Amino acid sequence: MSDIADRVKKIVVEHLGVEADKVTESASFIDDLGADSLDTVELVMAFEEEFGIEIPDDAAETIQTFGDAVKFISEAA
Amino acid sequence: MFDLTGKSALVTGASGGIGAEIARTLHAAGATVGLSGTRVEPLEALAADLGSRAHVLPCNLSNPEEVEGLVKRAAEAMGAVDILVNNAGITRDGLAMRMSDEDWQAVIDVNLTAPFRLCRAAIRGMMKARWGRIVNISSVVGRAGNAGQANYAASKGGLVAMSKSLAEEVASRGITVNCVAPGFIETAMTEKLNDQQRATILASVPAGRMGTPQEIAAAVLYLASMEAAYVTGATLHVNGGMDMV
Repeated sequence: MSDIADRVKKIVVEHLGVEADKVTESASFIDDLGADSLDTVELVMAFEEEFGIEIPDDAAETIQTFGDAVKFISEAA
Repeated sequence: MFDLTGKSALVTGASGGIGAEIARTLHAAGATVGLSGTRVEPLEALAADLGSRAHVLPCNLSNPEEVEGLVKRAAEAMGAVDILVNNAGITRDGLAMRMSDEDWQAVIDVNLTAPFRLCRAAIRGMMKARWGRIVNISSVVGRAGNAGQANYAASKGGLVAMSKSLAEEVASRGITVNCVAPGFIETAMTEKLNDQQRATILASVPAGRMGTPQEIAAAVLYLASMEAAYVTGATLHVNGGMDMV
């Protein structure tokens, strides 16, 4: 697994309090990992901080799964 | 009864009568306080009077860049912003037909937009800490309206609606957002009234007197306390019965 994926997974595990093996490529933050809308905002802000990037609102809306997040950040970072 | 030891509170308008008293009261309860305002001298004097646990953070709330940076500066100085008290406010009174766009906008900027920006910035740290208290100082005229104060009343009514909306958004994270709505309080702002205005006002106050800054600060202290954890989206009216809600 890439360094970015590891770091994203760490944030998700810590923030949502889920088991690391539940955080799969296709795992949806809301449907599979129990996030609410506020959690998704917090995750996006945590990603922005960790990777020193800016994730605009329209892009944030497309980040639904762990895989989406890794893909977006890999392209932006 | 209320212990704020270990908590850090940012108070805007701390150079004014009510703001200074709020800062003193939170400080006396054990909090570290960040004193913000435009006039540095009274802030320095207050900080010197309080001794330790007091930081002076000058800020002009009509300047968006300064507002954006204030919470960050406060967190750097105090370690965190656990409690935010949006107390600063200005008036530019005049009958609506004669009110300029500038006078309208200046009041909305300082009394409503700046508090929103400060809330937005402060909530970030509070979300991480899973604890936070925001107290916005509204006014009796924010609910009742007042001739000659369309701008001020709109800003103060707006604070109440904004606070309720924020309260709903962040309640699950241990953050409460409430308002205190003072009636007529003895301050420099009300000292400008002449005797006749004063008599007219007092005739509408069942308590028969103006309130004191201490009575507003006590309400803020309660809402900032651990004990008020289940109170959110509320407005505490402190007005001697002048407007019973």
